[in-house]
Amino acid sequence: MNSSGGARKEGGSESSSKKSSKKPKYSRFTQQELPAWKPILTPSWVIGTFIGVALVFIPIGLATLSASGRVVEIIQQYDEDCVPPSYKSNRVAYIESNSTNKTCSTSLIVPKPMKAPVYVYYQLENFYQNHRRYVKSRNDKQLRFKDSANSTKGCDPEATLNNTGPIVPCGLIAWSLFNDTYKFSINSKSLQVSKKGIAWESDQKHKFGSDVYPKNFQSGPFIGGAKLNSSIPLSEQVDLIVWMRTAALPNFRKLYGKIERDLDANQNISVIIQNNYNTYRFGGRKRLVLSTTSWIGGKNEFLGVGYLAVGGISLFLALGFILVYIFKPRVVANSECPSVWS
Amino acid sequence: MAHGRRKKKLHFSKIYTFHCGKASLEHDEHSQIGGPGFSRVVFCNEPESFDSSIHNYPNNYVSTTKYTLATFIPKSLFEQFRRVANFYFLVTGILSFTPLAPYTAVSAIVPLIFVIGVSMLKEGIEDWRRKQQDIEVNNRTVKVHRGNGVFEPIEWRHLKVGNIVKVEKDDFFPADLLLLSSSYEDAVCYVETMNLDGETNLKLKQALEVTSSLVEDSHFKDFKATIRCEDPNANLYTFVGSMDYEEQQHPLSPQQLLLRASKLRNTDYVYGAVVFTGHDTKVMQNATDPPSKRSRVERKMDKVIYFLFAVLFLMAFVGSVVFGVTTNKDLKNGIMKRWYLRPDDSKVFFDPKKSTIAAFLHFLTALMLYSYLIPISLYVSIEIVKVLQSHFINQDIEMYYEEADKPAHARTSNLNEELGQVDTILSDKTGTLTCNSMEFIKCSVAGTAYGRGITEVERAMAKKTGSPLPNGVVIGGEENGENVTETSSGIKGFNFTDERIMNGNWVNEPHSDVIQKFFQLLAVCHTVIPEVDEESGNVSYEAESPDEAAFVVAARELGFEFYKRTQTTVSLHELDPISGQKIEREYKILSILEFNSTRKRMSVIVQTEEGKILLLSKGADSVMFPRLARTGNDFEEKTREHIHDYADAGLRTLILAYREIDEEEFQNFNERFNTARNAVSADRETLIEEVAETIEKDLILLGATAVEDKLQRGVPECIDKLAQAGIKIWVLTGDKMETAINIGFACSLLRQGMEQIMINLDTPEIKTLEKLDDKKALTKASKECVLKQINDGKAQLAASGAGSEAFALIIDGKSLAYALEDDVKNLFLELAIGCASVICCRSSPKQKALVTRLVKDGTKRTTLAIGDGANDVGMLQEADIGIGISGAEGMQAVMSSDIAIAQFRYLERLLLVHGHWCYRRITSMICYFFYKNIVFGVTLFLFEAYASFSAQTSYNDWFLSLYNVFFTSLPAIALGVFDQDVSARFCLRFPLLYQEGVQNFLFSWLRILSWMFNGVCSGVIVFFFCKKALSHQAFNDDGHPVDFQIFGATMYTIVVWLVNCQMALFISYFTLIQHIFIWGGIALWYIFLMVYGAINPITSTTAYQVFIEELAPAPMYWLLTLFVVASALIPYFTYSAVQMRFFPMYHNMIQWIRVEGRIEDPEYCQMVRQRSIRATTVGPTARLVASRRERHRQTQSI
Repeated sequence: MNSSGGARKEGGSESSSKKSSKKPKYSRFTQQELPAWKPILTPSWVIGTFIGVALVFIPIGLATLSASGRVVEIIQQYDEDCVPPSYKSNRVAYIESNSTNKTCSTSLIVPKPMKAPVYVYYQLENFYQNHRRYVKSRNDKQLRFKDSANSTKGCDPEATLNNTGPIVPCGLIAWSLFNDTYKFSINSKSLQVSKKGIAWESDQKHKFGSDVYPKNFQSGPFIGGAKLNSSIPLSEQVDLIVWMRTAALPNFRKLYGKIERDLDANQNISVIIQNNYNTYRFGGRKRLVLSTTSWIGGKNEFLGVGYLAVGGISLFLALGFILVYIFKPRVVANSECPSVWS
Repeated sequence: MAHGRRKKKLHFSKIYTFHCGKASLEHDEHSQIGGPGFSRVVFCNEPESFDSSIHNYPNNYVSTTKYTLATFIPKSLFEQFRRVANFYFLVTGILSFTPLAPYTAVSAIVPLIFVIGVSMLKEGIEDWRRKQQDIEVNNRTVKVHRGNGVFEPIEWRHLKVGNIVKVEKDDFFPADLLLLSSSYEDAVCYVETMNLDGETNLKLKQALEVTSSLVEDSHFKDFKATIRCEDPNANLYTFVGSMDYEEQQHPLSPQQLLLRASKLRNTDYVYGAVVFTGHDTKVMQNATDPPSKRSRVERKMDKVIYFLFAVLFLMAFVGSVVFGVTTNKDLKNGIMKRWYLRPDDSKVFFDPKKSTIAAFLHFLTALMLYSYLIPISLYVSIEIVKVLQSHFINQDIEMYYEEADKPAHARTSNLNEELGQVDTILSDKTGTLTCNSMEFIKCSVAGTAYGRGITEVERAMAKKTGSPLPNGVVIGGEENGENVTETSSGIKGFNFTDERIMNGNWVNEPHSDVIQKFFQLLAVCHTVIPEVDEESGNVSYEAESPDEAAFVVAARELGFEFYKRTQTTVSLHELDPISGQKIEREYKILSILEFNSTRKRMSVIVQTEEGKILLLSKGADSVMFPRLARTGNDFEEKTREHIHDYADAGLRTLILAYREIDEEEFQNFNERFNTARNAVSADRETLIEEVAETIEKDLILLGATAVEDKLQRGVPECIDKLAQAGIKIWVLTGDKMETAINIGFACSLLRQGMEQIMINLDTPEIKTLEKLDDKKALTKASKECVLKQINDGKAQLAASGAGSEAFALIIDGKSLAYALEDDVKNLFLELAIGCASVICCRSSPKQKALVTRLVKDGTKRTTLAIGDGANDVGMLQEADIGIGISGAEGMQAVMSSDIAIAQFRYLERLLLVHGHWCYRRITSMICYFFYKNIVFGVTLFLFEAYASFSAQTSYNDWFLSLYNVFFTSLPAIALGVFDQDVSARFCLRFPLLYQEGVQNFLFSWLRILSWMFNGVCSGVIVFFFCKKALSHQAFNDDGHPVDFQIFGATMYTIVVWLVNCQMALFISYFTLIQHIFIWGGIALWYIFLMVYGAINPITSTTAYQVFIEELAPAPMYWLLTLFVVASALIPYFTYSAVQMRFFPMYHNMIQWIRVEGRIEDPEYCQMVRQRSIRATTVGPTARLVASRRERHRQTQSI
C-alpha cells in the first residue's frame, strides 16, 4: 500500500534512529498521508454529474421504452367468464364439483403481428406462492435423488400417504400444481404449443432427478391440483418444474408453453380452456397471456419511463444548479450564513 | 564494589532546625499487634522454616491480567453478551434452531460467532500484552540472602515473605520491605515515591538503630528477627508493627517501610526484610480496576440502538397483527380460503384455529427476521476501527518525543472519538505544563535588570507578533516552531546569559559591591547540600526545592561556588574583586530562619570571616518590601518595576535583602530564639515566628531574582490553539497560590488586566478561629466565608455583563473543600464557568478528582484531565478522558491514563487532529451503519407486506447473513479508519473546526435521524422500483418470467451497489484502500454469487446458477441495477450539493479553500481563517490583543 511512501523529507531520521528507539517509522500509511483523491462537490462536479446522468439515462430510456413497445401482448382474463351463468353466485361449488363441465372456450384477436416464439403464460393473481409455509413446503433432496424418496422433511401435510409411504414429489407446492389447460386453434386448425425450454435448464438438469418418478401423488383424500404421469421422471415434468419455481409476488405469470410460429395481425385464435384450478376460494384471478419478447424481456414500460424520468430530472437539476450557481454567489458572509455554531 | 565504605554525610533532617528529631513511635496502635487486623508474623531470614510456612503468604508474583486461561472463555463471553445487541443476537441465534426461524440456524449463527470471535480475539490479545508486561516485572531480579551471608540475584516472583534483600541505587523495591540498614552510617536512605503519590521530592527513611549495624552481606549469616505487624491494607502512610530482635521488642513505623514501586535514590544500597509480597503490597492493594470508560458517542449509539429495537418491535408487531388476521381468515367455519396453504392441517405456527398463538409465534419469528435492522457487526467494526485508530495515534511521528524516546501511547482504544469532543481540559501543573525544573533566568540588581534569557512565554508572544526578541533572534513564520534555537546553556537550572556580569565582568558594573552581596546571598542563604565529585571536582547540589538548586547553581556559574557545608559553616569559592583571585571563604551559620508558606521568606544569620554578623534574607515581594529599611533603598522603585515585568513574563520572583546585625542584638535574639525553639507548648511555631519577626526588619534591598518554572516546550502555543478551538482550560495544582498564579501568567491563562477573583480563607477571623481550635465554629465560618466570596464573584461577573473584560478564578484547597460541598458546588460551578480561567491551587488529589467530577456532571460536557503524577490518578480516572504525561519517570499516572503522551504540547495534535478525525470517522461510520441496515431492513419489511407477513425473506439465507459481515462492512471500516475531511495541516490551521465535535454536530439526533430517513427512502425506492420493474412480464428474451430467486438476487445486488455507492459519495478521501474496499465489496458479491451458485443446489437452494443462467444474460438485470441505484442516490447527491454550496459546515468551507482557495477568492479564504481565529479570553493571542488595546488606550490618554 505504501510502496510509494518510503522516506520523504524525514528520510534521514529513519536511518539515524537506533534499532532500540521507539520512534515510529515514517511511512505514508502510518502517518495517514497516503495519496488520496479528495473530491468535493464543486459546481463543475455537480453539473457534470447531472448532465452525465441525463446523457446516459435518456437514450437508455428511449431504447428500453421502444423495446418494450415492440412487444405484443394479448391478455385474457377467464376466471369469471368460464363459470357458467347458473353458477355465478357459487363459483366455488362449480369448480369443486366433479360433475360440472369445466371446458370453456374463448377467442383472442392478435392486434399486431407476433413473431415466433410466442410465449403462452398463465397469470394468477392474489396467489401467495411466496408464503413462508408454502415456499418451504418442498424437499429438494427428494426431488433430486432416487434414494431420498423418504426424505419428506418440511413437506407436511403432504408428506406421506397413510400406510403407503412417502409422496413424491411431496409438499404443498407440488400438490397445488396448476391444472388448467389450453388448446389453441386458428380457423379450427390446431396450433401446437411446445413445452420445450419452458423450464430452466439448471432445474431440469440438477434439481429434478431424471430417475425420480412421481409416487403416491395426488392420491390423498384431498386433491390439490394437477396429477402427474408417474411414468415420466420429474426432470421431464416441465409444468411441475415451472410451477415449483415459486413466484416472488402474489401476482405472477408462469410459462405454459411456446407457440413456435408467427401470428399475423387480426388473426382470431380460439382457445379451449379446461378451467380446473380453484382460484375462486381465495378470490384469485386467472388470465391467459400470449406475448412476444424483446431484448428487455416482456412488456413493461416502467423501466423505460423511469429512465426517461430520472434523465429528465437530472437535466432539470443540472439547469437549476447552473442558474443558481450563476445568479447566487456562494454564501460565506456571517450575516447570510448564520454562524455555524449555534 | 566496596560495600564496607560508609558515607558520612550531612542530611536534610539535621539542617532543619525547626524539626526536632523523630516523632514518637509509641502509639496506642502498637498494643493491637497480634490482635485482629494485626496478625502478620514475619520470620526474617528464614522464609523456608516451618513457622513461616504455616502462614502461607502469597509469593511475589503479580498479575494484572483480566483473564486466565481457564476463565478467558466464560468471562469474555459474559462480557460480550452483556451488550444488549449481542445478547439479542444470541437469543435470535438460539431461536433460529427452533422451527420459528425464518432462515437456517447456521446462517444466523455464523455471523454471530464471527463477530463475537473477533471481539474475543481482541480482548485476548490485549490481555496477552498485559501478561507480557507482568512477566517482565515478575522476572526482574533482586539480590536475596541465600544463607551463609551470600546474596544471589533471583527473580522478583520467587521472593518470599521473610527474605532479606539487598536493593541497590536507582532500583525499584520488589516488595514492601522493612528497612534494616543502609550504606549510610545512620541507616537512612532516600526514596523516590513518585510512582506512588506523585511527589517528586525524595523521602527520608530510617532503619531502627538496633539493625543499623548490619552493613555487610556477611552480617546476615545468623540474623534472626521476628516482625509482627498489621495485615495487608491499602493505606500508604501507616504501618504498625514491632520487631523482636535480640530478645527485645522494637516498635516499627512507616519510617522503616520501603514500599514496592518506589525507588531507592542517592543511597548506594539498603538491606531490607520482605514483609508484604505480591498482591499484599500496599501499591497492589491500592490498585483498583480502572473504571471502564465509554465514550459519549457510544453511549448515544446505545440509545439509537434502543430506538431501532423499538422500531423493530413495532414492525414485528404490525406484521404479526396482519399475519394473525389473514391467517385467521384462511379457515372460517371449516371452509378454507387459501386452500393451497392447507390451513386445515397446519402446525401451530400457521394454524388459523389458534391464530392468536400463531400471531405471537410469528412475532418472535419477525423479531429474528428484522434483526437486520440492528447492525450485528457494528460493535465489532467499531472495535476494529478503534484499534487501528489507536495504532495511528501511537505511530504519529509528530507526537514522538525524541529526547525521552517516547511515542504517544493510546492505552485504551475506547475513547478515540471522545478526543474530538473535549470541552474542558483539567490540567495538572508540575510535570505537565512545566518541566518541574527551575531555571535562573533573570535578576535585577541595584536597579539594573540583567539576563537575556527568553522565557517560553516571551517566545510564544514573539512568535505571534513576529517581532524580534530582545537578544536579536528573530522568530518568524507560523509553522516552523521547531527552528527556534534552544537558548538553554545546557546546565540544569541555569538559563542566564548576560555578558555584563558573567565571567567575572560584574566587577566593572556600577554597583559591583551590591552585585557581590547579591550573589553571596544566593550562595549562602539556603538549605542545599553540596556533593563534590571526587574525581572531577565538580559540585552538584542536593536541594529540597528546585528553586534553591537554581539559586546555588546560578551563584556558582557567576563565580560564587558553594562547595561545602558543615553543621555550622558554609564554604564558598569566590572571586575577590580587588585581587581578581579565587579565594575560599567560610561563613559561619549562626541561625536559620526557615521558609514556610505564611512567612514567605527565609533568612540565615551568618558570621563572615571578618566577624561581621549578617542577616541574609530572601522572600516574596509582598513580605519583603514592608520589611525594608526606610532609607538606603534608592532602587526600590526600579526593582518593583522589574518584578512586575518578570511576573508578567511568568517568572517566579524573590526579593533579596540583607542587614548587618551587631553582636549584642544577635545575642539577644539568639536567646529568645532558643527559648522559643525549646518550648514544648502547642504554639511553639508561633513563638518562633514572632521571634524571627523581630530580627527581619530594616533590611537593605539588593535586588530581585527571577526564576522560570520552566514550561514545557510549546505549552503557550498549545494553550493558545486549544483556546482558539474553544476548549476551556482549568489548572488544578497542589502548588502554592503564588506559584500557580505565576504559571497562570506563564502560560497566558492569566494576564495583567484580567480581573482576578480569589477565593481563600486567609482572613483574620478564620485565622483566629483556627487558633481557638473550635472545629464547629471554624467550619461554619469558613463555609460562610467561601459562600460569600463566591456570591461576590458572581455579582462581579454579573456586573461586568458580557463585556470584554475577562475574569479569572483562583481558589485554594481549603476553600475548595467547602466550595465542593453539595449545597455550594453548583454556585461554584456557575462562577467558574463564567470565568475565562480557573486555577485551583493547593488542591489534594481527592479534590482534583472532585472538581473533575463536578465539571463533568455539572456541565454534561466532555472533560479531559491531564497529569503526570500519582496525585493525578483520581482526576485521570474521574474525567471522561485521562491523559498521562509519560515524560517523567513516574508511571503511575500513565498506568491509570487512557492515553499517554510525552509532552503537553502534543495535546494539540492529539485533540485537534486525531480527536477530530476519530470523532468524525466513528460518527460517520455509525451513521452509515444505521443507514445501510435500514435500507436492508426496509426492503425485507416491504417484501413481507407482499408475502402476507408470513416472514418469508426474498433473499437467500446466506445473502442475509453475509450482508453485514462481508459485502458492506469493509468500506465502513475503511471509512472509520482512513477518512479525512480536512488534512492534518488544515485541522491545526483552523482550530475552530474542533467545535464540530464539541457541539456534536456530526452525531446529533437530527443527523442520525436524517441518515435513517435516507435509509428508509432508499429502501422504499429499491423495493418499489424493483417490484414495478420486475412484475409479471418476461425477464429476458427467453420468455421466463421473474421468479422468487431472480427477484431476491436482483434486489440484493441493487442494495449492495447502493450502499457501497452511497459510501463512495459520502467519503471525501479516496485512497487506494477505499477503492479496493468499496469496489471490492461489490465485486466480492458477484464472485460470491457465482461461487455459491456453482455448488450443488441442495446447499445453494435459490442461489443455484442464478447469476450465470438468469441474471447475467438479462439486460434487464443490469439496466435495473443502474436505474435503481442512481435514482436512490440522486436525492442524497442533490442534498449534498446544495448543502456544500449554500449551507456549508465548517469543514466544507475548509474543503473549498483547499480546492480553490489559492486560485480564486482569496478573500473567502481569509474570511474562513478569520472566523477561526476568534476572540478568545485566554492564551497568547488574547494577551497580545489585550496589551495592544492597553497601549492604544495609553496613547490616546496622552
